[in-house]
Amino acid sequence: MSTDENSQPPSAPILVLQKVTKLFGRFAALRAVSAEFTPGRLYVVLGDNGAGKSTLLRAIAGLARPTRGDVQVLGSAKIHEVTARIGYMAHAPLLYDEMDAMENLRYAARLYGISDPARCEQVVRMVGLDPTLARRVGQYSQGMRQRLSLARAVLNDPELLLLDEPFSNVDIVSAREMVRLLGQMRDAGKTILVVTHQPILLEGVADESVVMSAGQIVARERGVSHAYRHDAAEVR
Amino acid sequence: MKSFVIFALITLALLTFGLYQALVAAPTEATMGDVQRIFYYHLPSAIIAFLCFFANFGASVYYLAKRCPKSDAVAVATAEVGIVFCTVVLITGPLWARPVWGIWWTWDARLTSTLVLWLIYVSYLLLRRYSAAGQNPVLCAVLAIFGAVDVVFVYMSIRWFRTQHPAPVFGGGENSGIDPRMAHAVYWNLLAFSAMALLVIWLRYRLERLRQQVDEAHATRAIAGGSR
Amino acid sequence: MAAPAIAHPAFGDVLRATLAKDLRLEWRSKEAINSMLFFALLVVVIFSFAFDLTAEESRRIAGGLMWVALLFAAVVALNQTWARELRNQALDAYRISPAPPEALFLAKTIGNFIFVILLEALMAPLFVIFYNLRSVGPPYQLALAFVLGTWALVSNGTFFAAMSIRTRSREVMLPLLLFPISIPALLAMVSATSTVLTGEGDAHLSLVFLAVYDVVFTIVGLFLFETVLHAE
Repeated sequence: MSTDENSQPPSAPILVLQKVTKLFGRFAALRAVSAEFTPGRLYVVLGDNGAGKSTLLRAIAGLARPTRGDVQVLGSAKIHEVTARIGYMAHAPLLYDEMDAMENLRYAARLYGISDPARCEQVVRMVGLDPTLARRVGQYSQGMRQRLSLARAVLNDPELLLLDEPFSNVDIVSAREMVRLLGQMRDAGKTILVVTHQPILLEGVADESVVMSAGQIVARERGVSHAYRHDAAEVR
Repeated sequence: MKSFVIFALITLALLTFGLYQALVAAPTEATMGDVQRIFYYHLPSAIIAFLCFFANFGASVYYLAKRCPKSDAVAVATAEVGIVFCTVVLITGPLWARPVWGIWWTWDARLTSTLVLWLIYVSYLLLRRYSAAGQNPVLCAVLAIFGAVDVVFVYMSIRWFRTQHPAPVFGGGENSGIDPRMAHAVYWNLLAFSAMALLVIWLRYRLERLRQQVDEAHATRAIAGGSR
Repeated sequence: MAAPAIAHPAFGDVLRATLAKDLRLEWRSKEAINSMLFFALLVVVIFSFAFDLTAEESRRIAGGLMWVALLFAAVVALNQTWARELRNQALDAYRISPAPPEALFLAKTIGNFIFVILLEALMAPLFVIFYNLRSVGPPYQLALAFVLGTWALVSNGTFFAAMSIRTRSREVMLPLLLFPISIPALLAMVSATSTVLTGEGDAHLSLVFLAVYDVVFTIVGLFLFETVLHAE
């Protein structure tokens, strides 16, 4: 279900990385990475552990300031200006265990200045969770937690969505649901970057694979990369 | 290198002359005797400790504004040299107080302020050591600003809230009708100590810059694609 | 799928929301309150065993003792309230949102302030009992000293806790950074409390001093918090 390139007018890249380097002490997590990403596509970012995938997403989200180089997101070099139009989801849920789903989302909504009270309920239903559930997030299963984390990430209806290992330790039903949702969002015009060790889940949905190794982008292919297709980790 | 050696020699000369001034040329104090000569080390050290502190503050502010690694190097150097001089003040103080007034410690506003300054220096250096490599200079610079703002409050609070105990004042009484030869000893030692402070700060600055450059080199190599 | 109207989040709104969230979280987990309470109680009891005081002596040094106990207890709470943010990387969520960092700082400070004031309200009667205290001077000044002193402690404490959670040995780092900076406030607090309790002298100077200290350091904290939040 990849978008047909020929029918789309050329659009300005939504994300531009220029020689982005990120150092942690003497370890270079990202090494002069340069890349452009077109809007309206779903990119899957692949690579071994330590390849720099998470760091890449964090640099784009504004959580890790590049040691050298520039990141231009949505046309702006200052990520903090456009941060309201970016959504980020990490392996950690970015949620509070002692609150339930709606409380967490309502708080997140206030952080974004979202005044529409129905929005929280809307995203909760969108990820397939029950908004009336009063159970605290700390008691959720991993699948539910990841789904809620996704809900939080899309709360502000971001143009750019960054997902770091959203399917890890998630049951197959939840994972497939999330993938379906991502496809829908991509079709609606959003740009999505997904880091995952289970690329097989995105088979048929991903537009392009970005393969990283040792802090650099080593390959970009259409669809899900062949090399990684059968390396997929076991999905429960 | 050459200018460094020349400066070092000048410093040595000044220190020697200062020593002579303090121990020989200056007259023995009437009431306190020879012990009072500690004053010629105590006061200049205190002045330099505070000067280093403000230099650190200036470098820290500059670092936060411009994120320039040179100013971070200055900040570290002045902090480390400053704490040494601070320690000297805190040691010479009691050494002086004990034979003269019979007590080890007095809540003299200036001495106590120096103690708090010392504590702030220590916390700065510990933060330096214990924070992760990346955020290190930023967090330390922030702390330095808090410390600098605090010093003003420290002095006032000790003056106002510790005056229940009438305390001997270090060097306060001296200023009234001070013998000019004593004043000379103070000035020369101040000059000598300043020169020494600058010398050591310079050395430490260079060391820090070298360390930064080594890190840069490692980083460049890591980026180019080697060390893993 | 209707896009939500995103206005720039208002400072006051974020502040209220974060404060409410923190209070709710604390109410449900009671982590900070419990550890703080227990620790404070321990300190009070130990002090009363360590010092055997006459009524006159008590009035003189009770102020100092109380503030020392509070200082240590507060440090326990301060680390807790930030540790919660780190648990699920919730702090990252704040960082990537357009919400102003200063609102987070104020919200945390106010939250911590409430917890410590609560602790004081519980500890004060204990002190009165153990040390047979009776205030000779005007009690409103005592209340003022507590409010201003607590704010001094908590605003700097919240700031330095945010700094120290990113360091190694974070439990040690916080008191290490906080105590030297708090010394002037400590002196003023103790002076004010002792002055009021013993009725000797006027506490006006110390109270004004504390007020100025509070204003200055809160402003410095607000100014520098964003730098600390995004330092990585």
